[in-house]
Amino acid sequence: MTNELDIFVGNTTLIDEDVYRLWLDGYSVNDAVGLRVRSGILEQTGATAGVLQSDTMDHYRTFHMLERLLHTPPKLLHQLVFQIPPSRQALLIERYYAFDEAFVREVLGKKLSKGTKKDLDDISTKTGVTLKSCRRQFDNFKRVFKVVEEMRGSLAGNIQQHFLLSDRLARDYAAVVFFANNRFETGKKKLQYLTFGDLAFCAELMIQNWTPGAVDSQVDDMDVDLDKEFLQDLKELKVLVADKDLLDLHKSLVCTALRGKLSVFPEMEANFKNLSRGLVNIASKLTHTKDVRDLFVDLVEKFIEPCRSDRWPLNDVRLFLNQYSASVHSLDGFRHQALWDRYMVTLRSCLLRMYHD
Amino acid sequence: MPGKLKVKIVAGRHLPVMDRASDLTDAFVEVKFGNTTFKTDVYNKSLNPQWNSEWFKFEVDDEDLQDEPLQITVLDHDTYSANDAIGKVYIDIDPLLYSEAATVISGWFPIYDTIHGIRGEINVVVKVDLFNDLNRFRQSSCGVKFFCTTSIPKCYQAVIIHGFVEELVVNEDPEYQWIDRIRTPRASNEARQRLISLMSGELQRKIGLKVLEMRGNAVVGYLQCFDLEGESGLVVRAIGTACTLDKLSSTAAFLPACNSPSKEMKESPLVHPPSHGCRSTHNSPIHTATGSRLTQNFSVSVPTLIYTGMGSGSAGKEGGPFKALLRQQTQSALEQREFPFFTLTAFPPGFLVHVGGVVSARSVKLLDRIHNPDEPETRDAWWAEIRQEIKSHAKALGCHAVVGYSESTSICEEVCILSASGTAAVLNPRFLQDGTVEGCLEPRQEENLPAGCGFCHIPYDELNMPFPAHLTYCYSCRKQKVPDVLFTTIDLPTDATVIGKGCLIQARLCRLKKKAQAEANATAISNLLPFMEYEVHTQLMNKLKLKGMNALFGLRIQITVGENMLMGLASATGVYLTALPMPGGIQIAGKTPNDGSYEQHISHMQKKINDTIAKNKELYEINPPEIPEEIIGSPIPEPRQRSRLLRSQSESSDEVIELDLSHGKKDAFVLEIDDTDAMEDVHSLLTDVPPPSGFYSCNTEIMPGINNWTSEIQMFTSVRVSRLSNINLTNQTLNKNFNDLCENLLKSLYFKLRSMIPCCLCHVNFTVSLPEDELIQVTVTAVAITFDKHQAVQTTKTHVEKSLQRASTDNEELLQFPLELCTDSLASHPFSPAKEHLESASSNSGIPAAQRATSIDYSSFADRCNSWIELIKLKAQTIRRGSIKTTVSVEKASPLTEGHFRQRSAPACANSTVGVVKMTPLSFIPGAKITKYLGIINMFFIRETTSLREEGGVSGFLHAFIAEVFAMVRAHVAALGGNAVVSYIMKQCVFMENPNKNQAQCLINVSGDAVIFVRESELEIISAQQPVASCQPACSGGEIAT
Repeated sequence: MTNELDIFVGNTTLIDEDVYRLWLDGYSVNDAVGLRVRSGILEQTGATAGVLQSDTMDHYRTFHMLERLLHTPPKLLHQLVFQIPPSRQALLIERYYAFDEAFVREVLGKKLSKGTKKDLDDISTKTGVTLKSCRRQFDNFKRVFKVVEEMRGSLAGNIQQHFLLSDRLARDYAAVVFFANNRFETGKKKLQYLTFGDLAFCAELMIQNWTPGAVDSQVDDMDVDLDKEFLQDLKELKVLVADKDLLDLHKSLVCTALRGKLSVFPEMEANFKNLSRGLVNIASKLTHTKDVRDLFVDLVEKFIEPCRSDRWPLNDVRLFLNQYSASVHSLDGFRHQALWDRYMVTLRSCLLRMYHD
Repeated sequence: MPGKLKVKIVAGRHLPVMDRASDLTDAFVEVKFGNTTFKTDVYNKSLNPQWNSEWFKFEVDDEDLQDEPLQITVLDHDTYSANDAIGKVYIDIDPLLYSEAATVISGWFPIYDTIHGIRGEINVVVKVDLFNDLNRFRQSSCGVKFFCTTSIPKCYQAVIIHGFVEELVVNEDPEYQWIDRIRTPRASNEARQRLISLMSGELQRKIGLKVLEMRGNAVVGYLQCFDLEGESGLVVRAIGTACTLDKLSSTAAFLPACNSPSKEMKESPLVHPPSHGCRSTHNSPIHTATGSRLTQNFSVSVPTLIYTGMGSGSAGKEGGPFKALLRQQTQSALEQREFPFFTLTAFPPGFLVHVGGVVSARSVKLLDRIHNPDEPETRDAWWAEIRQEIKSHAKALGCHAVVGYSESTSICEEVCILSASGTAAVLNPRFLQDGTVEGCLEPRQEENLPAGCGFCHIPYDELNMPFPAHLTYCYSCRKQKVPDVLFTTIDLPTDATVIGKGCLIQARLCRLKKKAQAEANATAISNLLPFMEYEVHTQLMNKLKLKGMNALFGLRIQITVGENMLMGLASATGVYLTALPMPGGIQIAGKTPNDGSYEQHISHMQKKINDTIAKNKELYEINPPEIPEEIIGSPIPEPRQRSRLLRSQSESSDEVIELDLSHGKKDAFVLEIDDTDAMEDVHSLLTDVPPPSGFYSCNTEIMPGINNWTSEIQMFTSVRVSRLSNINLTNQTLNKNFNDLCENLLKSLYFKLRSMIPCCLCHVNFTVSLPEDELIQVTVTAVAITFDKHQAVQTTKTHVEKSLQRASTDNEELLQFPLELCTDSLASHPFSPAKEHLESASSNSGIPAAQRATSIDYSSFADRCNSWIELIKLKAQTIRRGSIKTTVSVEKASPLTEGHFRQRSAPACANSTVGVVKMTPLSFIPGAKITKYLGIINMFFIRETTSLREEGGVSGFLHAFIAEVFAMVRAHVAALGGNAVVSYIMKQCVFMENPNKNQAQCLINVSGDAVIFVRESELEIISAQQPVASCQPACSGGEIAT
C-alpha cells in the first residue's frame, strides 16, 4: 500500500526550522530524511522513517509554495493563504536570503547574468554548496540587484524596505549589489585570502564616501555607482607623486613623525615612494572602468603585498597610513585637501581591514 | 421591497498579470446580486487597482437576501477580445440579516478562480438596510440565527429548546447536465458553486421558517450536508435544533441579587437537602401531570423542553410552560415534531437525566433520478423512515429523546447508505438545577459526594430490560442500577465524574464485496452491514477494555461504501466513569485444548494483554478506589450479559433486523481464538500504539481529565489517499492496510505537532471515503491544544478562593441556562446559582418543587400502552432514587456569587487582535471568552486543474487548495469583524484525480461560527479599568421570540 497523497495543512502554517535549513541547503527530500535520521530525531521522538519521510515531504511542499512569496517578501506579509506569525515570517525571509560565505566569495563582483548562472555548476563543485542552494543564492542576488538597481535613496535602506531583511543582511546585500554593479575583481588568487566580511566592509565605506549619494542624497543610482566626478577629480592627486618636491616633502614629513615609532621604519623609509606612488596611481587611474574593476587587485599588489613581504605589523601599517594621510595637510603646495580626505579616509580603513593573512 | 443591499468595491491588490505585453492588468469588477449587475470603471495598467467605486445598491426581497449570494467577479478588460475573468468572490450576506450579528462586511477577500486558485485580493464593503416587514405570510426567515455549535452558544441562554428541525432540497447537478459537454470546466464549476450556494441559502431560509413557526429564534447544532448523487441529482439537507435563545444580558441587573444561598436553603420547605442533578423533579407525582396531558389528547410528540415558566410564581404548575404547550398544540402538526431529536452534544448540567445508549439506524437505498426538484418526497421519506426507526429504538431503551443526533450518507454509484445515530436519553422536563455549583468546579475527586452519576443510571426498567445487560449498583451513589459499559454519541457531561484521562479509541474494519449492479449490489451491502456493525462494536469493546475504561463518548460510526468493499470506522473517546463498574479484563480462550505449544501461545498472548491493560491504566491514570464488594450490593442475577448497541439495518423493503450485539453469557470478556481471523484481531488490538508521552487525543470537545488549557491552538486538516495493491486482496490484508493507514496518520500528527507538547488533540474527526477501486482516502481534522502540565488541577477550595476569574467563567456557562428558570425571580435573584432557583422558586410559589414537573411531555410514550406502563415504572424508579441524594455543601456557592461581580465585563472591544483568525472545531477558545457570534460560515468550493504535475502532483494540488479554503474562511470571518471560527468542520472533501490526463478536481465544504473572542487576560484588564457597567452595548437584544 502506497500513499498517493499525503498532506497536512495547519491553520497556522507549521515551519520546522531544521527542515527549512535542509531545504535551503538544497538537499533532496531523501537526503534530508537521511540527514534527519542521522540527527537522532527518530530516537528522540519514537517516530518511524515513514513518518519522517511524510513530514519532510510536507514541509518541502510548504516551502515550495512559500518560495514564490519569498521572492517578494512584502507579499508574504500581506498574503492571506498562509497564516504565519510575524516572528516566523521574519525568520523565513532572513534565512531565505542568507547566503554562504564560500558561495558569495565566488560570485562577488561577477556580472549577475545568465553566463555566471551557467558557471554555478563549477561553483557548486568547488564550494561544496549544493547546486540548488547556489541557484537560490544567485537568484536572490540577481533579484535584489534588479529591484534596487535604479532606485533612489540609500541602497541598504531600499533593500531593507523591499526585502524586509535585517539591518545586517541588508548591508551585506548592499555590498553584493555594489560589487556586482562595479564588477570589482575579487576572484584572483592573491585576493582569495580576503573574506566576504572584508570586502563588504570596504564596500560599505565606498558606498558611504565614494558614491554620488555621499554628497547628494537625491540622485538616481546614488549608492550603486561610484561618483564619476569624484573619480575624475582623483586625477588631481597625481601631483603628489609626479611633483618630486612634493613627494620628498611628504616623505620627510611622514618619516619625521614616525621615526622611532615603527618597528619597520627602515623598510618604510626605503619603500615610501613606491607605496605612495602605488596609492596615488590607483586613485588617478579610477576613471578607467578596467582599473576600477582591478581596484582590490591593485591595492593588494601595490600596498599590501610590499608591506607584508617586509613583515609590517598591523599597528605599524595603521600608524603609517594615519601619518601618510595626515601629513598631506601640511603640504602647502597641495590644494586638494578635501578630495584627498574623501579618498584616503576610505582607503585607509579598507587597507587596514584587508591587511591580514 | 424589504431590503437594500449596498456594495462598494474599494481596491484590489496582488492581481495576476493578465497582459503579458505590459506585465500589467486592466481590471474592473462586476457586482451581481440576483439578476442585477453593476460594473466598476476599468482601472488601467495596475496590479493594485484603486476603484473606490460608488455604492452599488440592490433593492431586493429578503427572501432573495437569504437565498442569493453576492457575486463579485474581477475581470481584465480587453479591447479586442472578450474580457478575461480573473476570479470571483462569493459573499454570503446572511450574517447581515440579523441585528445582533455583524453590521457590515468589510475587508480583503481572496479572489478565487476554480482553475487557478487564489489570484490576488479585493477589498469590498457590504451593508444591508432591512425594512420592517409586516407581511406575516412572508417566505423569508430573516433574523433566525444559525449556529454550528452543538451546545448552547457561549453568550446566549436557552429559554426554550423546541426540538428537531430538518429540511432538504434537491436539484440537478450542473456537472451532469447536457450543457456541461459544451461549456468550459470553469463555467461548470462556477455553475455548481453558485447552485450549491443558492440551495444552502434556500435550505437555511426554509429551516428558518420552521423555526419561526415553532416560535423559536435560532437553530443550534446546525449541520448541513451535500449528497452528490451524480446522475440522479444533488441533495442539500440540513438538521438542527430549534431554540429560543436569549442574549445573556449585562451586569447591572445582577447586582442586587446576592442573596445568601444557604439561607435560601434553610427556608426551603423541602425537607430533603439539596442534591445534585435534578432529582427533586422526580419527587413529584408525575403521573398527574402527564395524565392531564393525556386527557388533552396529544397526538404528536412534542420534543419541547421548556425552561421558562417556573418563575411565574404560584402559577408554577400550570403557567407558562403549559401555555406554551397549548400554543404548540394548536399549531398545525408539523412533521418534524414527530422526532424528539436534538443535534446538541453538550447540555447544561441537569438537562440530561439518563442516558440509555447509542441508537443507530442504517438503510441501503438505490438512487433514482429526482424527477421533480420541488418535491423531494422520496428523499424525505427515506429519512423519515430512518428517524422513525431511531425513535423506536430510543423508546425500547426507555428513553423519550435522542440527543447527539446526526445523519450521514455514503454514496457509490447508484447505491446510497443512509445512516443516523444518536444517544437515547431521558431529559429533564424543566430546568431544576441544584448541584450544578459543585458540578462546575472541576475538581470533584476530593468530594465524597457521588456527584454526576445520574446520567449513567439506566432509564429502562431492570426487570423488563429491552436487551440483556449486566447491571450493577451505581459505584457513586450505590443506589441505582448502572450498566457495566456506556456508549454515547454526546460529549462527556460537565458534571460527570471520571477517573484519570480519556483517550481516542477507534475501531477500523474493511469488508470486501463483490462488484455488482443495482439491487444485487444493494442486497450484498445490506447483508454485510450487520456483520460490520457487530465487528465494529466488538472491536470498540475490546479496545475499551484494553484501555481499562468503561464508557465511550462522542461515538461516531462511519460506514463507507465503495465499488468492491465496505469500510467501517468508529471513533470515540474512552473514559473511566466513576459511576460504572471497573471493566473486567479480556480473556483469551483457545479452541484446541491439550496442545502444549498452543496453550503456551495462548497464555503468552494473555499475558501480553494483561500487561497492556496494566500499562494503559498507568498511562491514563486510571486508579479507581477499591470498593468492598458488599457495598456494591449483590450482583444482579439475571441476565449477566453485555450491554449492547441497539440498532438495525433495513433495506428498502422496510424489514427491520434487530441485531443483538451482546456476546453471550460470559463473566469476563472472552476472546476465542479459533482461527487466524481471531488471531489477527488480537494482534490488531495490541498493535495500536499509545500516543507518545505528552500527547493525548480525544474526539470530544474537551479531554476528560485535562482542564488547565493554555492558549496555544493549532487546527489542521490532514488528508491521505492510499492505493491498495491489487494482488491477493483479502479481508485480513485490507484490515491491516486500513489499520496501518490510520495509525500512521496519527503517528504523523503526533510527530508534526511535537513542538506543542504537552498537548491534546481534541475533536479528532476521521472521515473515510473510497473514491476509486483501490483508493482509500482518510481525512482528519482536529485541533491541538496545549495545556499546562505543572499547574495541574487544583483542589476545590483553593480553586474557588484563588481564581475568581475562573469561577466567573464557570458561572458564565452555568448561567446560560438556569437564569431563565423564572422570569420573575430573575430580577431578584438572577445571580444565585441555579440551585437556589429551585428552592427559592418553590418557596415563593408555596408549591413543592416536586409538583411543578409539568412541562415534560411523555405523550410519545403514551401512544402505546406498553410504553406507558414502562414509563410509570421508570418514574417510580426515579422517584425512589430521587429522595436519597446526599447533601451538597453549600459553602461553595458563595464565593461563586461574589465571582459574578467581576465577570460581567463583556466588552465590545473586538478588534484587538486583527489579522490572525483562529479556527477550531471546538465550541470554545481556551483562555478566551467569546463575546459575540457574527453568523454562520458555510462555504463550498470547487478546484480543478488540468496541469496536475505542474502544480506539484495530487499532494501539491490538494495542499494548496486546502490552504486556500482556510484563507477564504479566515478572510470572511475577518471581514465580518471576527477573529475566530468555532465549531469549524470540513464536512466534505471529495477528491478525484486522473493522473493520465494530468487532471484533478476537488470539492470542499466547510462550515463554522464566526465569533469575536477576547482573551481572558485582556478581559481582566478591562474589567479592572471599567469596574461594572462596561458591558451593555453589545447586547442589542430584543430578539426574544415567543
